[in-house]
Amino acid sequence: MTTIEQRGLAPARSVLDNGVRVIAKHAGATPAVTLHASFEAGTIFDPASEPGVSHFVSRTIDRGTTRHTAEEIADQLENRGVSLAIAINRHALSLVCTCLVEDLDPTLMTLADVVTQPAFPDPEVETRRGEIITMIRQDEDNPAAMAGEGLFSLLYGEAHPYGRRPRGGVGVVERIPRASLQTFHADRFRPRALSLVLVGDVEPARAIESASRAFSAWKAAPPAEAVFPPAPSSRERRMRVIPMMNKAQADIAYGFTTILRADPAYYAYWLMNNILGEYSIGGRLGDSIRERQGMAYYVYSALDANVVPGPLLIRAGVNPANVDRALASIDEEVARMAADGPTEQEVAESRQYLIGSMPRRLETNVGIANFLQMVEFFGLGMDFDVRVPDLLGRVTRDEVHAAARAVLDPSKAAVVVAGPYSGRT
Amino acid sequence: MYSEAATYNADVAVQNTIETTSGEVYEELLDNGLRVLIQEVRTAPLASVWCWYRVGSKNEGRGLTGVSHWVEHMNFKGTTNIPRDKVKGIIEQFGGYWNGYTWIDQTTYTETATRDALDRMLFIESERMANCLYDPADCESERTVIISELQGGENDPDQLLDQELTATAFRAHPYGHPTIGWLGDLQTMTRDDLYGYYRRHYVPNNATLVIVGDVDRKDALRQVVQRFGAIAPGEAPKGVPTREPEQLGERRVTVAREGTTAYLKIGFHAPAVNDPAFFPLLVLDAALTGAKGLNIWASFRTPPPQRSARLYSALVDGGLASAVNGGLVPTQEPFLYTISVTATEGTALRVVEEATLAQLEAVRRHGITETEVRKAKNQLRARLVFEGDSISNIAHQLGYFETIASWRLVPALRERIDGVTVEQVGEAAAACFRTANRTIGWFDPQPPADEPPAPIGEGAGAGPAARERR
Repeated sequence: MTTIEQRGLAPARSVLDNGVRVIAKHAGATPAVTLHASFEAGTIFDPASEPGVSHFVSRTIDRGTTRHTAEEIADQLENRGVSLAIAINRHALSLVCTCLVEDLDPTLMTLADVVTQPAFPDPEVETRRGEIITMIRQDEDNPAAMAGEGLFSLLYGEAHPYGRRPRGGVGVVERIPRASLQTFHADRFRPRALSLVLVGDVEPARAIESASRAFSAWKAAPPAEAVFPPAPSSRERRMRVIPMMNKAQADIAYGFTTILRADPAYYAYWLMNNILGEYSIGGRLGDSIRERQGMAYYVYSALDANVVPGPLLIRAGVNPANVDRALASIDEEVARMAADGPTEQEVAESRQYLIGSMPRRLETNVGIANFLQMVEFFGLGMDFDVRVPDLLGRVTRDEVHAAARAVLDPSKAAVVVAGPYSGRT
Repeated sequence: MYSEAATYNADVAVQNTIETTSGEVYEELLDNGLRVLIQEVRTAPLASVWCWYRVGSKNEGRGLTGVSHWVEHMNFKGTTNIPRDKVKGIIEQFGGYWNGYTWIDQTTYTETATRDALDRMLFIESERMANCLYDPADCESERTVIISELQGGENDPDQLLDQELTATAFRAHPYGHPTIGWLGDLQTMTRDDLYGYYRRHYVPNNATLVIVGDVDRKDALRQVVQRFGAIAPGEAPKGVPTREPEQLGERRVTVAREGTTAYLKIGFHAPAVNDPAFFPLLVLDAALTGAKGLNIWASFRTPPPQRSARLYSALVDGGLASAVNGGLVPTQEPFLYTISVTATEGTALRVVEEATLAQLEAVRRHGITETEVRKAKNQLRARLVFEGDSISNIAHQLGYFETIASWRLVPALRERIDGVTVEQVGEAAAACFRTANRTIGWFDPQPPADEPPAPIGEGAGAGPAARERR
């Protein structure tokens, strides 16, 4: 506890000879260690002709290696109570698990085996193909998923990797060959694309040594530099309705493209988003739509400034009869924030909250590991946690207002409604 | 009743100390019946408070289904000493998080924030216990929020099926209706129904207050007495008198609605947490679908290790299903063990059902192997360790078990799991997987219709995965 209060997390960071980055932090709350391996191998690296390949890799990479069958890998992990969760987002493919301290070395060995030498055995690929198609079909029956995908497509367009469906479509997934999985793996899974974070009841030096034993022998050239097309800017309001008349509730996705995470204005945007749609139960949006008007169980906004100018997304689930009223209320809050900005008090409250919630965010091994991966991905520096108070402290109300003015404009919003709704009445 | 901290001797708490895997728990019973559990955990400069009430959807009568959960929502809307416009930010000022949930046996409220917010958290919980306002306009506005929550749940076919299955499996016991309530009741319940229910159940002698974190137990107890000592006890609410009669034959329910994906769900009447058969069934579930652990607040965040589990191998590796899951949650009275299967695109429900039942029949007749039992126990023991990773999770477990049985089960969980034998697992399987003990539910997806279907008109979500959060 004193560590976090006085000098921050202060994790150890080491780069192995082959370029693998290892970050280790001691945390002794439980006799366990969380392993978080992140590769720069997200869905934006999908070939334009085969959206869904990276997701397919995420579902098959741990299904057998050149040395072990899928059953052997499952046994190695599961006899120790370990479940390996593999997740993919637009930028990263991550493998995360927690093991007991005494199981750290064998678990790292299994992890290294999985990421360096996956075999993508044919029968496994075919079985997982069926699962993925089922998942895509479930998404197609899920208004929240359809609204989210629809908004990215509207904001970024099919030409931008952000605009494509992260899991691809059924038609594409049906014909992705095993060779595409192997190619994607060979291209993106390189030592220099890996950042490995270890958090738990083990001394950092020991953790780095263990990681080194597991990964040092792996040699490969750096992956190709990622090039991202610019985000299209919006000149007009666009609205798409995805009618799903079998559903009880309509999901709204409403948003704008914003800025890069590296933009110095990021901290003003962070505060602005918190005031608009996060603070307490959904910020100003929650006050209006949930608390005052009783229209929605959930309404919030989320900011995803990234290495691409990511979106500011507003989400809500409402009764179909209230869609128009909810959209009008979102427009009103968005316009009001742009016109008047936040109050000094709102800025102070959100700042205090974001700074004050750091110890909570950094309480568990998983929480610390997620945070350190984020810090590493954006190159924020291993002392980022202790710099947060100053970074947020320097932001003025006018800067928050400027951020709101720059991005919040109902006449340029992209809007998607998915559910039992067929258009404005 | 304690009205003055100075007159209170906190040392008595030492007599009620018990060692757990993560430290000592101090127990105290105030004169007004409030049970207080405190554990000092100094891994982070934080404190977590949970206030638990022995009231959940099983305590609801006809016409009032969903009242427990609605009351939970109303208890975030201002009190005599926390004006409505001061609610927002009251805990966020301390970087804190607050929330609540309602399920079949319990309603609970939590705050986790920096340790200097302890008194603020206790103040909020004492106000919540005694002084909530139930402004009629707020009750009306929350009615539509809750109906929106219900309809959001209905958008998920798996949740809809879970609700129908549970309602079919229980004929008499109120575990059968969804925690969120039936729509008709939500449309007609009045402010006085809500307020009356609140007053009956929110009394100190029906509650457990748990504090875990970077606190001094004596200071903490003193603060508890200051904040809660003057709250008068009430008449202890009566338990649920109904016993579910033995099920005499297999039951079925088919939800045929527009959709893309087929779901199978099989529910078996299962032992309550105090039944000796509970832990063998827990080990059996781990062998069939991977260990989930025993913390419903934390466990769903980490997928179970299930690649080598029996049903996963047979159904998912067999290409019949894209997902399989088992649900066995500790409850006060006998609830359900539920197996949920998502059929792969193009696989008929009948085929998935036959394959699932064939596996369960083999287990019913022959039990499982020593190796499977050993692995299941390893997994459950590891989950117990992983579940203790935050003060919030530690506190949740103490309050959860105290509400349905006794918090003393928490330090005994490992021993209970260790003690399970392969024979006991076999007996649990033989008892649970009888044909007459099961209810089989299908979500049978229909192609899109030209005409919009009539509204479903019922609630959603009775399962633990769907328990209601604020």
